[in-house]
Amino acid sequence: MTPFTYARAVDAVDAIRLASGIQAKYLGGGTNLVDLMRETIERPSALVDVTGLLSAIEERQDGGLLIGAAARNTAVAEHIAVRTRYPMLTRAIVAGASAQIRNMATVGGNILQRTRCAYFYDDDGSRCNKRQPSQGCDAIDGFNRVHAILGASSSCVATHPSDMCVALAALDAVVHLKSRSGDRTLPFTELHRLPGNRPEVETVLEQHELITAIELPSLPFARRSTYRKVRDRASYAFALISVAAALELEGNTVKDVRLALGGVAHKPWRAWKAEAALRGQPATDHAFRAAAEAELADARPLRDNVFKIELARRTITAVLSQLAGVDA
Amino acid sequence: MPIRINRVERGLPNDPRVSLLDFLREYLGLHGTKKGCNQGACGACTVLVDGERILSCLALAVQYEGRAVTTIEGLAASGGLHPLQQAFIAHDGFQCGYCTPGQICSVIAMVEEVKRGVPSHVTKDLSAETVPLTHDELRERMSGNLCRCGAHNGIIDAITETFAEAAQ
Repeated sequence: MTPFTYARAVDAVDAIRLASGIQAKYLGGGTNLVDLMRETIERPSALVDVTGLLSAIEERQDGGLLIGAAARNTAVAEHIAVRTRYPMLTRAIVAGASAQIRNMATVGGNILQRTRCAYFYDDDGSRCNKRQPSQGCDAIDGFNRVHAILGASSSCVATHPSDMCVALAALDAVVHLKSRSGDRTLPFTELHRLPGNRPEVETVLEQHELITAIELPSLPFARRSTYRKVRDRASYAFALISVAAALELEGNTVKDVRLALGGVAHKPWRAWKAEAALRGQPATDHAFRAAAEAELADARPLRDNVFKIELARRTITAVLSQLAGVDA
Repeated sequence: MPIRINRVERGLPNDPRVSLLDFLREYLGLHGTKKGCNQGACGACTVLVDGERILSCLALAVQYEGRAVTTIEGLAASGGLHPLQQAFIAHDGFQCGYCTPGQICSVIAMVEEVKRGVPSHVTKDLSAETVPLTHDELRERMSGNLCRCGAHNGIIDAITETFAEAAQ
């Protein structure tokens, strides 16, 4: 591990001040960053510990929730308002990692975790445009069974590994940010970038801009929501495909829907096309499958991950079908 | 502010690179906590911080200043065995024993999570205030602790016996 200094921030202003002017990184639970530093893939000269910042989960006037970025993943998953009003978020969190890691990991850190692409991690043996811009990508012609099928580029085919973020993308979450130039909010779906020819730039955050909170807007029909993850093991594995969905029915017609996919792209993938295709349609497997087709028409498989397209189609259909059959 | 390890106050290392795991093993000579993968995949390094289970390999010791850490050495009072340790022996909950300290610390916190109503991946009703401690729940909740000897069935039996009142 490259040497670094460590400081604990007392509040967000303090954190930004401590990080300014140096190659600092904000430190949450450390479950990803410490590992990457040990592999010398991340080499910050300073760590600013932000786990002492806002971690409360508060009710908002509009019926939504405001979740402090320092809230631990377990704390979010077990919160009764999340479990009952946004069950897809609890389901997504408890589908990720292990209990030990969920106890450590913060919301902010989960969002900013980096890909688990094996070529990204293989600092000694592989080329990676994320690690070293313009170096090339060994995943594109390599063993790419777990890689992206949507939104990838000739520079990078890595996927975003988070489960929690897939639910946040589906729930229209809003990110609260603070930097030296002030405060701003951003739709969660606009926080992460697609790789393009700059895969090393993973978010639209400015230097040392800090995620302070995540806002979940009121979404009453999210009570009828869930998260399904398909993976190689029954537990403790990253997603091949995951689906976060909420469904609002009026009679047997889809009045509204939220749908996002994990394991398919460089960012948590909001399935806008599928949603548009489904609104106003009858809540049938046929319509669910057609919606999945609408989203996956853009899919571009690699040598080893063609199966993900059919797997995504089936998982989307199955999840929507499950939600349609359950009373809210 | 120092860190409390098994109820004793200790000074932290000066180098912030030292993981909590290396601090326990290399600085304090507490070798019960094991280094398996050292990258958060195996659970052998599981310890309790203020009663919560975490992976000490992914933790920087400095992050836990002022907190109370409990390792396998601090689990039982006065040098005896914790009932769960006794049950691991009775049910052959190990062969080589390398994963055992992590398994046992993990169980202690896992039972508290269940009592608190923390849902898991296999919990059917998220709105329920209590979670039944079924075999499926145990297996899922212990999935962060790997055992290469294959003693998982003995481990589940040891947990079930020790926490019979919580199990169904």
